[in-house]
Amino acid sequence: MRQDANSSVKVAWLSALLATLMFASPARADAPLNYLTSHSDRADAVLHLTWGVMGISVVVMAAIGVLLTVSIWRRPGLAEPQPGMRLAVGPREGGLSWLWIGVGVSGLALLATVVWTVDVLAGLAEPAEGAPFTIEVTGHQWWWHVRYLSDDPSRIFTTANEIHIPTGVPVRFKLASGDVIHSFWVPALSGKTDLIPGQTNELWLEARDAGTYRGQCAEYCGIEHARMGLIVVAQSPAAFRTWWDHQLQSPAPPPDASAMQSFDMRCGSCHAVRGTAASGVLGPDLSHLMQRKTIAAGLLANTERNRLHWIDDPQAIKPGSLMPAPELTPHELAVIDGYLETLR
Amino acid sequence: MSSITDYERMPDVAEAERRGLAQEMQRLWETGPGVRGWLSTVDHKEIGLRYIVTAFAFLIAGGVEALIFRLQLAGPNEHLLTPEQYDQLFTVHGMTMIFLYAGPVLSGFSNYLWPLLLGARDMALPRLNALSYWIYLCAGVFLYAAFAIGFGPNDGWFNYVPLAARAFNGGPNIDFYALGMILLGISTTVGAINFIVTFLRMRAPGMTINRVPILIWGTLTASAANVFAIPAVSLAFFLLWMDRNLGTHFFDTAAGGQALLWQHLFWMFGHPWVYAIVLPAMGMVSDGLPVFCRRPLVGAPAVALATVATMVLGFGVWVHHMFATGLPTISLSFFSAASIIIALPSAVGVFAWLATIWTGRPVFTTAFLFFASFILLFTIGGVSGFMTGSLPVDWQLTDTYFVVAHIHYVLIGINVFPVAGAIYFWFPKFTGRMLDERLGRWNFWLMFAGFNIGFFPMHIAGLLGMPRRIYTYADGMGWDWVNLTITAGSFVFAFGVLLLIANVVRSVKAGRFAGANPWDAPTLEWATSSPPPPYNFVVIPTVGGAHPLWEDRLGTEGETSHTRAGLVLDHGREAIGTTPVDAEPNVILKMPGDSLSPLCLALAATALFVGLLLLAWWLVALSLLGIGASILVWLWPRARLGETAGGAHV
Repeated sequence: MRQDANSSVKVAWLSALLATLMFASPARADAPLNYLTSHSDRADAVLHLTWGVMGISVVVMAAIGVLLTVSIWRRPGLAEPQPGMRLAVGPREGGLSWLWIGVGVSGLALLATVVWTVDVLAGLAEPAEGAPFTIEVTGHQWWWHVRYLSDDPSRIFTTANEIHIPTGVPVRFKLASGDVIHSFWVPALSGKTDLIPGQTNELWLEARDAGTYRGQCAEYCGIEHARMGLIVVAQSPAAFRTWWDHQLQSPAPPPDASAMQSFDMRCGSCHAVRGTAASGVLGPDLSHLMQRKTIAAGLLANTERNRLHWIDDPQAIKPGSLMPAPELTPHELAVIDGYLETLR
Repeated sequence: MSSITDYERMPDVAEAERRGLAQEMQRLWETGPGVRGWLSTVDHKEIGLRYIVTAFAFLIAGGVEALIFRLQLAGPNEHLLTPEQYDQLFTVHGMTMIFLYAGPVLSGFSNYLWPLLLGARDMALPRLNALSYWIYLCAGVFLYAAFAIGFGPNDGWFNYVPLAARAFNGGPNIDFYALGMILLGISTTVGAINFIVTFLRMRAPGMTINRVPILIWGTLTASAANVFAIPAVSLAFFLLWMDRNLGTHFFDTAAGGQALLWQHLFWMFGHPWVYAIVLPAMGMVSDGLPVFCRRPLVGAPAVALATVATMVLGFGVWVHHMFATGLPTISLSFFSAASIIIALPSAVGVFAWLATIWTGRPVFTTAFLFFASFILLFTIGGVSGFMTGSLPVDWQLTDTYFVVAHIHYVLIGINVFPVAGAIYFWFPKFTGRMLDERLGRWNFWLMFAGFNIGFFPMHIAGLLGMPRRIYTYADGMGWDWVNLTITAGSFVFAFGVLLLIANVVRSVKAGRFAGANPWDAPTLEWATSSPPPPYNFVVIPTVGGAHPLWEDRLGTEGETSHTRAGLVLDHGREAIGTTPVDAEPNVILKMPGDSLSPLCLALAATALFVGLLLLAWWLVALSLLGIGASILVWLWPRARLGETAGGAHV
C-alpha cells in the first residue's frame, strides 16, 4: 500500500509535468485558438501574468504532492483497524506550526497575485493615445455583423465575420448583440468580452504582428454556438487603408445582369450587396465576399465547392442555422454562385 | 395532577442496560410495517439512506449522459448526436450532477449522521425532513420527465437569458427547468432550516460548540448559506417563468428589462451553492481522515472557523462568473481580489489535513486512500480556481475547457472522492457490514487514475483554446489527441464508480460483520450498534470532549463522556433539547411520530407545479387545496405532543 500511495502522487506529478511540457511548443503551434501565444503588447502583459499564476499553481501542486507523499510514507501505522480492535491514538496536540507556516506562505503568494493582477489591469486601461477609429461588432445567431465607423459618413461600411485591423495601433471595438448573449474572443490578441442585448461593451484590440488570427464566440448562444467563428486579419497600415478604400466601393456589375436579379430575388431579402437592390440585414453583408477567406462564420474555406454546397443545403452543414435552403435548381445555383464570384 | 408538564419534568438517569429499556425504546421508535410504514417513516436514518441512494441514481444518469457526449467529442466532426441532443445532454448532465447529485448526496450523509454524531434521537423536525426528501424526489422526477419526453432543459444549467426566453426557446424545456428548480429549492430550504435548528437544539448534553465534529460545521455552514442563497435562484426562475408565460419583462431588454439581472441572481446563488456542495464533504474528510491517522485533527477549531470564513467570503465572489460581461473594471477588481483571497481558508484545511497525516500513523484503508487523494485533487481544483480568480487571466480562461477542468476537480475531487471515502468509512455503520477492501483498492485506483487521465487534460484543452459547450469541433484545431484522452479517461473513471456500486451491492449481503466501531473511531455514531436502532441511543450520551470514544487513551479535557449511562426519555418519542452554545439540557422535546402528511404535501406541491407548467388553473386550485389539507393534518394539535392545553401533564 505504501507503494500505491506513493505512485498515486507520482502519477499526478508526471501529468502536471507532462502538461507543462505539452504547452511548450508543438501543441500550441497546431492550435489556432490557444492563448499561450500573444501578438500584442496588451496581450503580452496578460500572458505573463497567466504564466506567473500557472507557475505558482504548479509549484503549489508539486509541493502539496510531495508533502502528501512523504507524510503518507514516513511513519505508517502498525496495523489496520479490524472490527473489535483497539489501536494506539495520539498525539492529542502538535502540528499547529504547519498551519502557521502553510497559511502564511499561501497568504503571501495570494497577496502578491492580487497586487500583480491589479497592476496588469491598470496597464490595460484605455490607451493614452486613443484609437484612430472604431469598429462596431454585433453578434447574431450564429455570425458577426461588423461595421466600420468614421466621422466621415461616406467612409462607413458594413461587412461580416472577417475583421481587418492595422498593425501597431489600438482599435476600439463597440460590442453589442442583436439577439442573445455572445462573447467576442480572439485569443492571440485579447481575452473575451461579452456581447449583451441592451448594452454596449468596449474592447481595445491591438496586433503587433501582421497575420490572420482566429476568433470564436465564447458564450453559449444556442444550437450553432460551436460554429460561430470569426477571423481577424492584421495588416500593415498602408495595406489596411487600401482594403478599407476598396470596401467602400460597390462591386463591379456582373457581365450577366440576370444573375444579379436572381441573387436579389432569392437572397436579397436577407443579404446585402453594396450598391445593389439586395439590402437585407438578417444575414451577413456579402458586398466583397470573394475577399473573405471563409464562409458560414469561419466554418468553411471560401471555395466554389463549399459555396455551392452551403447555398444548396445549409442545414446539412450547420444544422439549426437560420439560413433556409433556398431550393434552387442546379442551374440557378450555378448562376448565383457565378454572381457571388464577381463580388471582389 | 402536578403543574409540571411532561416536557419540563426531570428525566431519570439510568444505565443503557437497564432491563426492558431497549425494548421499550424499540416499541416507541420503530417504524410501522408494510408500505404504509415505508411511506410514512420520519426516521432520519431511513431518510438519509434514501437521499444517498436517490442521489447515486442521479449520479449514474448524469454519468451516462456525460459518457455519451464524450463519445461525440472523442474526435473532430463526429455525428453521433445532433446539436439539439448534445445541448440537452450537457445541460441535463450539469443540472443532474450539481442539483440532483452533489447537494442531495451530502444531505443524505448529514441526515443519517447528524443525530448520531450529536448524540440525538432524530433531527429536530423529523416530518420536515421527510418532506424535504419527498420534494427532492418529486423535483428530480419532474425535471427528468422533461428529458424523457424530449424537452429536457437545453440552455445550459446556468440558463442565461435571453437565450432561455420564450423568443429564443419556444418549447416547454425551460418551463420544466424553471419550475423544477423552484420545487427543488423548497426541498433544499426546508432541509437547511432543519439542520440549523437541529444544530442549535439537539446536541447531546455537554457537546459545547467547541466539541462539535467538523462535518456538523460543514453542513451547518452550507445550510445557513442555502437559506440566504436559494431565494435568489428561486426568484430568478420564477421571474423567468413569468416572463415566458405571463408576459412580464424582467429580463427583456427591448422592454426595459435587464439581461444581466439573471446572471446576478443566478450566481449570487450559484457560487455559495458551490461551497454548499463541498464544505460538508470537506467536513467528512476532516472527521474521517484523522481516524485513519490515529490522532485528532490538527487545528480543528481553525478548520471549523475556516469553514465558516469560506462561506462568508463565498457570498462575495459571485461576479467572478461575470468577468467578461463588461462591468466596470474597478468593481470587477474587488471581486477578483476576493476570489483570490478566498483560497486562504482553504489553505487552512489543506495544511491541517497534511499535518494530521504527517504527525499521525496512517493506516491504508480504502477510505484513507480516498480521503488522502482528495487533498491533492482539492489542491489542483483550488489552484485552477485561484488562476481564474485573477481578472485578466480569466478573460482568457473563462468559457474554455480550463474552467471545465476546474469545476470537475472541484465537484469530483471535493465531492465525489470524499463521498466515496465516506461510503467506505460509514457503510459499516449504515449496514453492519464492511465493504470489501480488496475490491476497494481496485475501485480507488481506477477512479483516481481514470479521473486524472480524463480530467487533467481538460486544462490543456482549455489552454489550447477549446471553448465550452461546443457539440463538435473542426479538425486542425489541435484538440484531437487531448479529447481522445479525456474520453478514454472518463470511461476508466466510470468503470471505477461502477466498482464502488458493485462493492456496495455485494457487501450489503455478503460483507464481513462490522460491530459497533470497526475503525476504532472517536465520535458518538460509533458508540451505538451497527446499524443503529431506530432510537439511536438507549440513553442520551453525555459529552465531555470532542473525542468521546478515545478518552481512555487520549485522556479527557476535564470532563468525561458517558455513552452507557445517561438520561432516560421513555414517555413516548422524546428527545432532549439543549442550549445553543453550552448544550445544557433544558427541555424534553416531544417528537412527532410517523406520518403520511409530508408525502401528501410533497405530492400536492408537485401537482401545483405541474399545474403551473400546463397553465391548468383548475389543477393549480386543486393542488392548493391539497396543500392546505396536508398542512392542516400535519399541524393538527395533538395531546400526546403537549400541543393542547393540559394534554401533556404528568
